[in-house]
Amino acid sequence: MHELNFPILSLITFFPLVGIILIAFTEREDEYLQKWIAFWTTLINFIISLPLFFYFKDTAKFQFVEKINWIPSFGISYHVGIDGISLLLVLLTTFLCPICIAACWSDIKDKVKEFLICFLFLEVSMIGVFCALDMFLFYIFWELMLIPMFLLILVWGAPARRRYAAIKFFLYTMAGSMMMLVGILVLYFYNAKVTGEYTFDLLKLMKLDLPFHLQYWLFLAFGIAFAIKVPMFPFHTWLPDAHTEAPTVGSVILAGVLLKMGTYGFVRFNLTLFPNASVYFMQLMAILAIIGIIYGAFMCLVQKDLKRLIAYSSVSHLGFVMLGVFALNMQGLSGGLIQMINHGLSTGALFLLVGMIYERRHTRLIAEFGGLAKPLPMFATLFMIVTLSSIGLPGLNGFIGEFLIMVGAFRAKWWFGVLAATGVILAAWYMLWMYQRVMFGKVTKKENLNIKDLVPREISLLVPLIVFIVWIGVHPNTFLSKMEPSIKQIVLKYEKINKKQVDMAGINILKIIKGERS
Amino acid sequence: MISGIQYLKDSVGFLPFLILVVSGLIILLGSAETARRESGRYGSGVAIVGTLLAMFSLYFLYGLKKRALFNDMLIIDNFSLFLTATILIATLVVILISRNAIAKDGAEINEYYMLLLFSSAGMILMVQSINLIMVFLALEIFSLGIYVLVGITKQKKVSTEASLKYLLLGAFAAAFFLYGLTYIYGATGTLDLIKIAKIVSEGQVTSNTYLVLGASLVLCGIAFKIALVPFHMWTPDVYEGAPTPITAYMAVGVKAAAFAVFIRVFGHALPKFNIEWNTLLWILAVLTMTVGNICALLQDSLKRLLAYSSIAHAGYIFVAIVAGSQYGYGAILYYLLVYTFMNLGAFGVVVYVENLLGQKDNIDSFKGFGFRRPVIGLCMAVFLCSLMGLPPTGGFVAKFAVFSSAIKAGYVWLVIIGVLNSAVAAYYYLKVIVVMYTRSETAVEVISPKGSIYNGIGLIISLAGTLMLGILPHKVLEIAIKAVSL
Repeated sequence: MHELNFPILSLITFFPLVGIILIAFTEREDEYLQKWIAFWTTLINFIISLPLFFYFKDTAKFQFVEKINWIPSFGISYHVGIDGISLLLVLLTTFLCPICIAACWSDIKDKVKEFLICFLFLEVSMIGVFCALDMFLFYIFWELMLIPMFLLILVWGAPARRRYAAIKFFLYTMAGSMMMLVGILVLYFYNAKVTGEYTFDLLKLMKLDLPFHLQYWLFLAFGIAFAIKVPMFPFHTWLPDAHTEAPTVGSVILAGVLLKMGTYGFVRFNLTLFPNASVYFMQLMAILAIIGIIYGAFMCLVQKDLKRLIAYSSVSHLGFVMLGVFALNMQGLSGGLIQMINHGLSTGALFLLVGMIYERRHTRLIAEFGGLAKPLPMFATLFMIVTLSSIGLPGLNGFIGEFLIMVGAFRAKWWFGVLAATGVILAAWYMLWMYQRVMFGKVTKKENLNIKDLVPREISLLVPLIVFIVWIGVHPNTFLSKMEPSIKQIVLKYEKINKKQVDMAGINILKIIKGERS
Repeated sequence: MISGIQYLKDSVGFLPFLILVVSGLIILLGSAETARRESGRYGSGVAIVGTLLAMFSLYFLYGLKKRALFNDMLIIDNFSLFLTATILIATLVVILISRNAIAKDGAEINEYYMLLLFSSAGMILMVQSINLIMVFLALEIFSLGIYVLVGITKQKKVSTEASLKYLLLGAFAAAFFLYGLTYIYGATGTLDLIKIAKIVSEGQVTSNTYLVLGASLVLCGIAFKIALVPFHMWTPDVYEGAPTPITAYMAVGVKAAAFAVFIRVFGHALPKFNIEWNTLLWILAVLTMTVGNICALLQDSLKRLLAYSSIAHAGYIFVAIVAGSQYGYGAILYYLLVYTFMNLGAFGVVVYVENLLGQKDNIDSFKGFGFRRPVIGLCMAVFLCSLMGLPPTGGFVAKFAVFSSAIKAGYVWLVIIGVLNSAVAAYYYLKVIVVMYTRSETAVEVISPKGSIYNGIGLIISLAGTLMLGILPHKVLEIAIKAVSL
């Protein structure tokens, strides 16, 4: 296929601004129009982003690159481009945004105009983070995301504790990213000292051969920012609060995309810039990830609030992602990356479903429900599919991700795999138990008898998610093949470090998994 | 002696000062007519025109070659021009936001603007001085103006108290400064900064003890004006007692002038102290940032909060003093400019709210402000984000420049303390944003619902500056760094 000679990434990144401008000129009362504008903006943005997938060549190189000098005296440029690692995340973002807007249709009734502007602004910064290839630019998008998300929780969150949750979210993220700023600056000046060129260009910085002690500290500086964002144990405490208090749409975007910025950061920066330190910290990171998996799962078991339960399941799932990433091998990394997408789809869908039931009953306490399958057959069916995907039922997306991560973990250290496997069992326990308590049995509360089932709008915003849940489960190669070259490039680096030969058996397993399904 | 022609020639380099002084005198003479005493329209009008003219004169001075004026008393170089521009911008915005605020307080309106102009003239003199005696004179000129301005609302007890406090402590600081000069003169035989630099670098100092003593006393004097911890005790009370526009003016203008002297004295004349006292300066920077931020966390009054935050910002700027390179000093200039815009903006909104609700500057009076006045609320949010140091505002670029200069010089730990401080600071700025976007249950009593157009213009200027310096920092940052090569 021929190349696109068109600044498509900039268009996708900044297209939501068009929506913001249009919304800014509408009458405050005309909420319907504002929602339609936002919906079409995000939908068109998704459609524009589709060519990325079709024109993407399966190589490890960065593609659709644009580079313009911005502050030349500091070596800062507007440099964007994507590779196999960021491609799917960009698409996930553009895919989830129209769904979120559709989901807020009846949810957000207050200050719709400001809400939509915040949301579109958030989309700009999220896409920007995944596309930026200049450290300075990356940092700016990374910080830009803070304010709109903060406002989403603060203004449209659940009234009880939204101030606390919003401030906690902001301060955690800010503290982490300030450390990253120091790291970026150290890297920048080290590069200048060695090569004589002042540049924030990631591609040039990647060529640096950093001494180990510097890698060690930089890994920590970047790592803390990303670990807070993921969030890894023990930095996870902001997440349940933020999720519980945020509006549904906020939770979806938080779980679907924002958390991925952390794992993405680990893959993009820590693994590629500081390989020796990554090997050094591998065990620690894996252990933290496993603690996150098991701890998150146990916390799920005791939650009374549906949304909090799903929030803790995010901690557990992202533990899997981090374990896969820090297995530092082909299977683990591919599993980690595909699991990032899976988590975005299934947890996003779970939050949407919880939001729908909350709109009807104005409670999220599990004890308030029971036997919902009877009055809400459609809801129960969709909820089942998503629950199973979250557990990792073969044939749905979660299985692919978790299986690859397990393979990767076993290859790295056998006991990583053993411990992580308990997380899978626990996941089945808490999710199915939750499902049982909410859906099955007799209807215990009278209020639950008269709830209306899903309306077509709600079904139609869940169906696209479920299509991809099944698609990834049945034919993951569509997506895996896009990321494979980029992952291979990273893995080769580690194989060089370990002075080990390519383990052919390992790659064969991957091929077998893919072969069976393609 | 210099000839008359030379004198006139030198006066050109001195134009902004002269214009401000002349405008001040015009206000003073013109306000003899009683009709003009009432509204303050006359005073502010002349002051605005004078400030604009002074800015305009910079345009002619910018291209000029760097040279000394009046027998090496003053200098005209890009460094002083950059800071003069900063001070003039500060003056202009302060005049604009003063329009409605001061008239209500029953102050002597025309004199207020006159004093403001004289103080600014003093500051401009200060950034242009290369002779320590001129520095002292300038310091006194602007300080005297500000002593009066702080207490200009005579009826209010807090103002009078603040004024007295500031006068007494300021007099002490000035005495320290002057005392320091005598020692430096004793050690080097001159007060000319360029000659001092030469004598010290060639090792012809008569007594090293005197020089150290002199330098430390001068440091105390300047540290008082910058409000470095532990010389900051006066700041919160004075900032709270002064009329709000004057608080804003002190936070930005005095800081700019004092940092200029610091760079001239310790950066260029006595660079060895910057190296020998490195640990001391390091500690000063850390103390200033940390104490400022931690105290700001505990404040309920927005003015006091901004007062402590201004101490913290002095600490951030001081980080670049510790770093000490040309890049670091350039970063300071940039920071001062950005700080002028964002801080004046924030204070401008405080003035607006005070007009709206009477003299309440409690943070709670901002409740729901973001919803009731969405545009001004958004402006305030931008200013606060900039003070926090979030992109894409000027505050981010400024902080970035300051911190990167320190990392370049190898002070990684200092920067880590700095960024942790920024994270702490984020909390109290956020607190204001949170209050602004929290609905208030009770209706708020509005005294005068109409905002002043001048206040609005002041906010627009501040907002434009804050955003412009954040999105397109390139040109100005380069000018700032180049300006430092004295």
